[in-house]
Amino acid sequence: MTSYRLTTPGRRIVRGRRLNFTFDGKPHEGLHGDTIASALMAGGRTLMGRSFKYHRPRGPVTAGHEEPNALVGTGTGSRFEPNQRATTTRLHEGLRATSQNRWPTLDHDIGAINSRLSRFLPAGFYYKTFTWPAAFWEKVYEPIIRRSAGLGRPPEGPDADRYEHFYAHCDLAVVGGGVAGIAAALKAAREGKRVLLLEQDTLWGGRSITDGTMMEGEAPADWTAARIAELEGMENVTLRLNLQGSGVYDHGYLTAYEWVAEDRPGADAPRHRLWRIRAGHIITATGAIERPLPFAGNDIPGVMLASAVRDYVSDYAVTPGRRVIIVTNNDDAYRTALALLDAGVTVPLVVDARHEAAGELARQVRDRGVEIATASGITAEGGKEVTGVRVVDIAGNGSGGRLVRCDAIAMSGGWSPVPHLWSHCGGKLLWDDAQGFFYPDPDRPPLGADGMGMVSAVGAAAGDLTLSRAGLRQDSKGSLTEQPTRPVWVMPEGAGPDLRAKMFLDYQNDVKVTDVQLAAREGFVSVEHAKRYTTLGMATDQGKLSNINGLAVLSAQVGNSIPQVGTTTFRPPYVPISMGSIAGAARGDIFQPLRRTPLHDWHEARGTRWEPVGHWRRPFCYPRAGEDPHAAVMREVKNARQTLGLLDASTLGKIVVKGPDAGRFLDLLYTNMMSTLKVGRCRYGLMCSENGFLMDDGVVARLTEDTFLCHTTSGGADRIHAHMEEWLQTEWWDMQVYVANITEQWAQIAVVGPNARKVLEKLGGMDLSRDALPFMAWAEGEIAGLPARVFRISFSGELSYEIAVSANHGKALWDKLLSAGEEFGVMPYGTEALHVLRAEKGFIMIGDESDGTVIPQDLGLGWAISKRKDDYIGKRAQERVHMTDPKRWKLVGLQTLDGSVLPDGAYAVAEGTNENGQRNTQGRVTSTYHSPTLGHGIAMGLVLNGPDRMGEVLDFPGTDSTVHKARICDPVFYDKEGAKQDV
Amino acid sequence: MSDLQSALQGARFDGYVSVFEAQPAGMIQLRADLAEDAVAHAVHRATGATIPQPLGLSTGDRGEALWMAPDELLLRVLTDAIPELLADVQDDLRDHHHLALDVSAMRTEIRVEGAAVREVLAKVTPVDMETLKPGTVRRTRLAQVAAAIWLSNDETAHVLCFRSVATYVFDVLSVSARKGGEVGAF
Amino acid sequence: MLILHCPYCGVDADETELSPGGEAHLTRHGPGSDDTDFESYLFMRENPKGPQFERWRHAMGCGKWFHAARHTVTMQVFGTYPAQTQRPPQEILDRISAAQPGWRWRDLGDEGQRA
Repeated sequence: MTSYRLTTPGRRIVRGRRLNFTFDGKPHEGLHGDTIASALMAGGRTLMGRSFKYHRPRGPVTAGHEEPNALVGTGTGSRFEPNQRATTTRLHEGLRATSQNRWPTLDHDIGAINSRLSRFLPAGFYYKTFTWPAAFWEKVYEPIIRRSAGLGRPPEGPDADRYEHFYAHCDLAVVGGGVAGIAAALKAAREGKRVLLLEQDTLWGGRSITDGTMMEGEAPADWTAARIAELEGMENVTLRLNLQGSGVYDHGYLTAYEWVAEDRPGADAPRHRLWRIRAGHIITATGAIERPLPFAGNDIPGVMLASAVRDYVSDYAVTPGRRVIIVTNNDDAYRTALALLDAGVTVPLVVDARHEAAGELARQVRDRGVEIATASGITAEGGKEVTGVRVVDIAGNGSGGRLVRCDAIAMSGGWSPVPHLWSHCGGKLLWDDAQGFFYPDPDRPPLGADGMGMVSAVGAAAGDLTLSRAGLRQDSKGSLTEQPTRPVWVMPEGAGPDLRAKMFLDYQNDVKVTDVQLAAREGFVSVEHAKRYTTLGMATDQGKLSNINGLAVLSAQVGNSIPQVGTTTFRPPYVPISMGSIAGAARGDIFQPLRRTPLHDWHEARGTRWEPVGHWRRPFCYPRAGEDPHAAVMREVKNARQTLGLLDASTLGKIVVKGPDAGRFLDLLYTNMMSTLKVGRCRYGLMCSENGFLMDDGVVARLTEDTFLCHTTSGGADRIHAHMEEWLQTEWWDMQVYVANITEQWAQIAVVGPNARKVLEKLGGMDLSRDALPFMAWAEGEIAGLPARVFRISFSGELSYEIAVSANHGKALWDKLLSAGEEFGVMPYGTEALHVLRAEKGFIMIGDESDGTVIPQDLGLGWAISKRKDDYIGKRAQERVHMTDPKRWKLVGLQTLDGSVLPDGAYAVAEGTNENGQRNTQGRVTSTYHSPTLGHGIAMGLVLNGPDRMGEVLDFPGTDSTVHKARICDPVFYDKEGAKQDV
Repeated sequence: MSDLQSALQGARFDGYVSVFEAQPAGMIQLRADLAEDAVAHAVHRATGATIPQPLGLSTGDRGEALWMAPDELLLRVLTDAIPELLADVQDDLRDHHHLALDVSAMRTEIRVEGAAVREVLAKVTPVDMETLKPGTVRRTRLAQVAAAIWLSNDETAHVLCFRSVATYVFDVLSVSARKGGEVGAF
Repeated sequence: MLILHCPYCGVDADETELSPGGEAHLTRHGPGSDDTDFESYLFMRENPKGPQFERWRHAMGCGKWFHAARHTVTMQVFGTYPAQTQRPPQEILDRISAAQPGWRWRDLGDEGQRA
């Protein structure tokens, strides 16, 4: 294979360090410091990918992050990553890269037929074509489209790498370590500010190093090295390479993306790190990006931005061709001609759209014997590679023109500042008509918390392309004078449809000049509409190269100026970032917090089936060997009813409320009267929201005259604690009440069943007889030598003690109960058995019987609503018409005629249909279980006029077209008198 | 003592800093008007410490007092002393509106030690760890849960979290402390 | 991602330490209030495009509720203040008037600029 590696130095590569890699399975060689693109190009390959829609052959256009074409998959298996820019992905030994969107191979791609059909695939093609029949979408069109269009395939399996976040704080964050950014950072650092300077590249200095312009009388490399050295010596400065400013958000929040071990797969280090920066001020020194020129064939591999050609020559000592033609509308591209000439590459011709090429750089090129064709444009010739150009009159229609042979084209349509970070949070732009670009309007910056601008742009990013405003770019002879740019949006300007249909604006999404013009003719004149209709700028590169050219074409078509048409919205991230970096360390076991009770390890060792309750994990049931979960639940229920069950109730919320006004406060919080509760006693209470809806329930125990302990639902402790604090702090701040959420101080174990007292008496300690501790009382003392609070409350209907001990003693108490309970056949039971036990008793469960639209009155809990109180939270709302409507569905029991279990959530149907043609409904199932105690299915539900319809049979259609018949009954299925819990 | 079981049972992870469960301490949550002399007296009697400044920590010969909120302190003393000291505090403040509770088992202290403690914590909390002064107590977010963080010196960080998420916090800190993750920004 | 100064503990708190609580300075209408007042209390909100008074809780910090005066479009924060008040501090109202002449929010606003 011919080598396109030059003998000149390349500042990024290390000649002696060869690296082996593969591209589409074939072995290749590169040098340390190479990107995939530079290494492939050194081997003579510019074809690196196929385009999204037409499968056109494509090669790199750029040498940076803005690359639209040269996207490859890297890695394999759990380290595969699609759509990686070959122009920025550094080589490492053994790297495996694969091309995308081609079949069977990159060089012979069947899908390329789409390109021949492109005249039948115009803008909005999908919208227009596949409108009917609707059923064809799923089975025919979509699979075809999905297979033939698109980029890389998503990786399969879990990501093998690790990622993390990092929070950083500074007075000033400078994004971009080119000369403008370095100068801005240094100025602030010398003033004593805390400065963070970040640069996406592996080297400092930005373009100035390559372009070689003198900085304040120094060579740019020297200038840069000296200032970076000074910054490195300052305590108040943090310098980071390989860190890319990604997004700017409110109040100086800046995200940045760091490549940590990207080029060391398998290393024990994070692949990427997402920085979450809080900056007092942000300076964007993000430079500028060169624009392509829209000429026919501008997407053929070998057509590249002039600056990129320069970069490949000076950074990697690689040339895209042996005969390179330059086409430009500005002076800057002449630097590429000079760089190529210096490297020994032939430059047969420079094509300049302007009427004269009179600048200093053009003179230097002309002096070296290169022909300059002015007032000219080109059309490119070639297929999978460039073979030549036709030089045409810039103002003409593109016909005729002489053919000049070449194997690469360096194009420059002028430069555009990179305004992305400036714009993310609302910074506005101005249009520079002479240079043809948008730039940040310093009078309309994004605003910070203090109402002042929080972002500034400097250097090329501010539109100061020559850095003359920054006062930086001077050589001993003063600034180099450059001849003005001539914006060119279509080349040649009079090109007909055939040529315009080959002028690509958005390479990655295959949007051509004709597509944007068609969109405008069809009425998509708003830039946001035209963008979505044509997909201009919607690819993974987000239109970094295409936006300005596309806007210009659109504005010409609709007859408005470019600033009138405006830009589309710039959104973060600047360049796609890995999903892993967004998740950071939050994956696997620490994807989200998992709350563990003091008995968690015991449950786990027992092979429990878990049920998530909020972030808690509670045992659902404890299956024995060979037992399915249903059988386990039935066994656990029966055991608790017949002898002795243990429940880990530690997740139950526990909130202490204390103070002279505690009783008054709880009277407002609960629907019940709590202030009359006697010390030593417990009372079941309901809490409603100010909307009147039931939000939580639980047992309140009065600890002392001014102290109450409020139990909440398992998931509810934090919410109810916050609810209490909210009312105390923001409404009743005159009340003398302190509350504390002490849920986790205690391990709580429910000892349930006819033998509950016996096992506790066996453990010894406090008197738990019926007389000493009656039902709904509590006492403090010792159980088995452990300090404990014992509550005689029952959520099962059985004799039940809830024992609370210090969380540190929870495991000890559990162990003692298990061993003491052995003679009684003790078994732990889980949340599902708890549910069955409570449902047999007709006890409601927050979240089953309540759903945020249910009031206590619906649930037959009127007895828990004090009539004697003037006020409680939700009282006023419960007086509203809708709340007192007799037609509200009310709680009843439901029993199927055949003893089966009703489907959960099933609706009872009524006569007739509603306006949508659906069956009318008259009730729904809220809880449904098989009761092992009764031997048949039991359910609770909310039914229209339910309590008045005892014995009536309702139809509950299932999802499987069967209809379940169930009879309305009392919701208390077991021990209606409550005799068993009060023994 | 065999009946006692801490949340992490002495777990430890050694990365580029060390992460381990600290010896359990006795803890009293005290809510009261911190400006009252009686409160200062009670705190001093229990810990030997003065009322800390907002976001502060004060140390006495029997324990330390952490500022948790404008009307809340966390007193940290020897575990065995809790019953007596709690009774003392309650007695001292019997005529003052207050709330004093034994919360020793409710929270777990995880210690992070090493030269890079600041940057390891900066991976998981929005607090400015680079400038946090030793002795400043920040109640904040640590990954996805609430925690209190303070430094006793430049190489020792204390993280106080709720018991139920102690394993989560320990795991999060251990992942952050893994070798190869050195940031080197501070 | 806002940063709000907690007036209780003095921390400039990251938004992820806070939990939002909706509009501030609502007058509670309980039993005995008429339907209009109750509806207004429970459901009607200013929802302005401009200065807004809102409630926040330093949930992961000191746990205290406070109020913030914030511009809903520019995110400018005119000040934060304790929740135990019926009316924003005058200095915050003045600051809003300086930044947003003619602003209005319920019965508050820039009197000097009102037509």
